[in-house]
Amino acid sequence: MFSELLISPFVEFAFMRRALVGATALALAGSPLGVFLILRRMSLTGDAMAHAILPGAAIGYLFAGLSLGPMTIGGLAAGLIVAVGSGVVARATILREDASLAAFYLISLALGVTLVSIRGSNIDLLHVLFGSVLALDDATLILLAAIASVTMAGLALLYRPLVMETVDPGFLASVSRASGPTQIAFLTLVVLNLVGGFQALGTLLAVGMMMLPAASARLISRDMTAMIAIAAALGWLAGYVGLVISFHASLPSGPVIILTAGALYLLALIFGPAGGLLRGLKPRSHLEA
Amino acid sequence: MTAAIRFDDLTLGYDRHPAVHHLDGEVEAGTLLAICGPNGAGKSTLLKGIVGALAPLSGAISLSRVKPRDIAYLPQAADIDRSFPIDVFDVVGMGLWKRIGLFGGFSARDEEKIHDAIAAVGLRGFKRRPIATLSGGQLQRMLFARLLIQDAAVILLDEPFTAIDSKTTSDLLDLVARWRAEKRTVLAVLHDLDLVRRHFPQTLLLARQTIAQGRTEAVLTPENLLKAKAMIESFDRQAHACERAA
Repeated sequence: MFSELLISPFVEFAFMRRALVGATALALAGSPLGVFLILRRMSLTGDAMAHAILPGAAIGYLFAGLSLGPMTIGGLAAGLIVAVGSGVVARATILREDASLAAFYLISLALGVTLVSIRGSNIDLLHVLFGSVLALDDATLILLAAIASVTMAGLALLYRPLVMETVDPGFLASVSRASGPTQIAFLTLVVLNLVGGFQALGTLLAVGMMMLPAASARLISRDMTAMIAIAAALGWLAGYVGLVISFHASLPSGPVIILTAGALYLLALIFGPAGGLLRGLKPRSHLEA
Repeated sequence: MTAAIRFDDLTLGYDRHPAVHHLDGEVEAGTLLAICGPNGAGKSTLLKGIVGALAPLSGAISLSRVKPRDIAYLPQAADIDRSFPIDVFDVVGMGLWKRIGLFGGFSARDEEKIHDAIAAVGLRGFKRRPIATLSGGQLQRMLFARLLIQDAAVILLDEPFTAIDSKTTSDLLDLVARWRAEKRTVLAVLHDLDLVRRHFPQTLLLARQTIAQGRTEAVLTPENLLKAKAMIESFDRQAHACERAA
């Protein structure tokens, strides 16, 4: 009974297996990035970057139609231009990072929608925005896996300066020149994952996979390492459960995966031991020996 | 004695408004120097200039036998994100960056050093405490532990004892005395003149330019302090242009 419900969809259908592999890759890499975005108070940056990717993907689409390579390269290029551009503007002018990023992504999004509308119908646009995790081909899976690997290696490399840059940016600036490159490399990883995510889940939902498990992890643990592990685990769980539900209920898989992550987030919000709602209701006595 | 830091006709400022104005002078290696002066005298600005966070508008700061990376700097209000889930040990360990960089792990000796530094600032038992739970004084102690770990030849402290109680201040002053004994150069921006008189042999009285520099008792005279105050007030009234340059 349980195996029929939980396992057989994946045994019987190759597209379900592929979807699960894709969701796993996204969860493993995206959720830890989300943890850093939240701790750096950049939770909305992912959303902005996801919009920023659109014109690049659209240009790729204009030239080559719905195909992986050109849309990925286009999205990556647009995302990096916006990430680096807004970083440079924030450092060189009076505008802070949030303002310069907002300006860049708005221009980018408007450009993207215009470009998509030049050719193609609304259905195509829906595909770009909401993805199709059930239609992952080999090339897309390899792309997702490669992005996950690069992200993990990259985060391992960046971990120390990134933590220092977040906790005490002034100190890092006083001992090394690593802050600028660290910030840009981190945003590059975010862009990479969003570009990967929009193949599978679409630009909008890729951000959900990044932020929801991370926000939940923040409510569950106070330890950085644990937070990253929990975020990745919750992301994977949301992917798996979301796929199962969407299979049995015949619902669109991308949104259901994110709704599942959302449900996990609500649970963490209520029961989270490191800052959930219930914890605040009951005052706890101080530590006694 | 050799000069560790020299200022040649140094002007530092923000958006072309000078905060330190045509400053000449030098700081000898191994000096324990207090930097005093009214608000707006350019004290913090001078430290930022020395550490390289602010480029001179004109003139120069030259370091001899000290590389920029041998300077440790504790800013006035360290912009630490106290909600970040990190413990005291890891923050103090950041002081090892210069040596272990991006990937290097802590050796057993490093861990011991971090341990000792935490004990030296009186935070024994706080090693695994998240920084969100520290009081203001404990946070400052932790930052001093990180300075200890940095093992720097030149240490710059910007108002390190502001809003810190007397017990903590006296504990931290013991560390400053230890740095002096180790022949490190320490520059501290301070407002408490009594504290300066008791603990700092040398003083630089600043009011955008040097009012006096030398032995503390010779510098912190009522006349000099009055002069510094008058200097800042008159400068503020005509801050739009540089008289000396004309």
